[in-house]
Amino acid sequence: MKAGLALLCLALALASLVLGPVDLAALWARDPDLARSLFIELRLPRTGLALAIGAGLGASGAAAQAFFRNPLASPDVLGPSSGAALGAVLAGYFLGAGVIGMAIGGLAGAGLSLLLLLALAGTGAAATRLVLAGVAVSMLLGVAINLSLSLAPSPFALYDLMFWLMGGLNDRSMTQLALAAPLILAGLFLLLRTAPSLDALTLGEEVAQSLGVGVVSVQWQVVLGIALATGAGVAVAGSIGFIGLIVPHLVRPFVGHRPGAAIAPAALAGAVLLTAADIAVRLVPAGLDLRLGVLTALIGAPFFLWLIMGRR
Amino acid sequence: MPETSLLEAIALARPPMLAPTSLTLHPGQVTGVIGANGAGKTTLLKALAGLTRGPGTVRLDGRPLVPHPQRLAWLPASRDAVWPMRAAALVQLGLGPAAAPDTAAVTAALAACDATALADRPVNQLSTGERARVLLARAIVARPAWLLLDEPIANLDPGHRLDVMALLAAEAARGAGVVLALHDLDLARRCDRLLLISGGELMADGPPAMVMTPSLLAEHFGVQSVHHTWQRIRNDLFTSDVRGSGSQDSVAGKHPQPD
Repeated sequence: MKAGLALLCLALALASLVLGPVDLAALWARDPDLARSLFIELRLPRTGLALAIGAGLGASGAAAQAFFRNPLASPDVLGPSSGAALGAVLAGYFLGAGVIGMAIGGLAGAGLSLLLLLALAGTGAAATRLVLAGVAVSMLLGVAINLSLSLAPSPFALYDLMFWLMGGLNDRSMTQLALAAPLILAGLFLLLRTAPSLDALTLGEEVAQSLGVGVVSVQWQVVLGIALATGAGVAVAGSIGFIGLIVPHLVRPFVGHRPGAAIAPAALAGAVLLTAADIAVRLVPAGLDLRLGVLTALIGAPFFLWLIMGRR
Repeated sequence: MPETSLLEAIALARPPMLAPTSLTLHPGQVTGVIGANGAGKTTLLKALAGLTRGPGTVRLDGRPLVPHPQRLAWLPASRDAVWPMRAAALVQLGLGPAAAPDTAAVTAALAACDATALADRPVNQLSTGERARVLLARAIVARPAWLLLDEPIANLDPGHRLDVMALLAAEAARGAGVVLALHDLDLARRCDRLLLISGGELMADGPPAMVMTPSLLAEHFGVQSVHHTWQRIRNDLFTSDVRGSGSQDSVAGKHPQPD
């Protein structure tokens, strides 16, 4: 299945590089320099970000569901996504709404929310306490985002920020790709490392511990991995919902429902889904500005309902 | 064969659930832990498995216990299963994280627990008793030197209870040390050694005949013997029967008066 998903990833990446409002091949014939800079400055970072952020969200969702042993867990429950969004919004105010400033603000926000989570839950925390602390941090940050939006200096700033929060990959640059991709890859590395331990955690924390799994160490690798893989994504692309929740459900049946083994295919499937969604957004007629985060939620929510209905 | 060695608890305590306890457990024996609900059986077993932090130490073969699938297996009383994994895949997990698939070991463990027919069924669709057998197979699959089992025969039908007790005796015969908590006093008699716990304290320790004395059973379970328990149940049934027919004479705890 992994090979199939990887091929699909490659095909979609190529499509994402080629498809768009401007026909690159035609432009290449007329103005090769413009075509090349359009390719490098716009198409390449957009495709790279879609792949990286999708992979980060998919893997984070699979790891969160495996660690909390709950099919409804998503990367959002731990707080770094909200932290990244708040950091980006505040940077938008104080550093001007430059995309680079917002990305750095978002990364700082994700990092600070992680520190807040650690302070609240304490090291060596049990999974239930961790998820409670995560939900509390998420709610607090969500309120702070609303507060900062309501204090927007001008209606235009408010509009810009709300639009940004809905999530999107248009007009992203190589700088943002260079900022986010290494962090997402580091997060993916951490999450993939925990896969065998997360399989053992299926049997409960105590049994996993008796099998030689360092449960506390796994817990912090999962938390840090999710913070990096989702926080960096939100920092450059805004909120993109439902990928982290749904993708693990799609791939788990193919790995015999082993929650840890689902992490790698979930990363690939996340990349496929987000790249496909980003292509779909581009194909929507001009004038109707459908945001990427809105599209993933529009597809994701009914799909999730269908999933729940099928379980009854 | 796994290395067989003494499991020693030295001043092991988990206040307020377990008072300081020191004991030496021998391989090749089935040791039963009995006691009323809340007496501290699970706390003792978890502490022995090295799963809780607190005063005292656990030593295996004279060295501090380090978790390993072939050293000690822990089976909790919980039968929860979140993911619809195949029973065989769940049993494989008992070989340790990232262990190479070992179909022969998994098949043997499932067969030993009379769960061969369940191998391909999703564990969350099994009955509680069936899942209990699959989880027991998970505990024995790595042929660990020590088996610490919290109520492994709860939820099982009478036939499978006897089967599991026979399996544990066989595990002890191959050299493993088996420690299990159980409520079935009749089956407790089949253990080589019994630990009676009450209020977090080890009250008696020895062969069943020495531990299951009428006075100790009366003191810690409110029963004098298995035979007496039956008599009490029969009397209660009779009392409620008489009550049901409208007699005003019978009061809870008293026998009905003859006419």
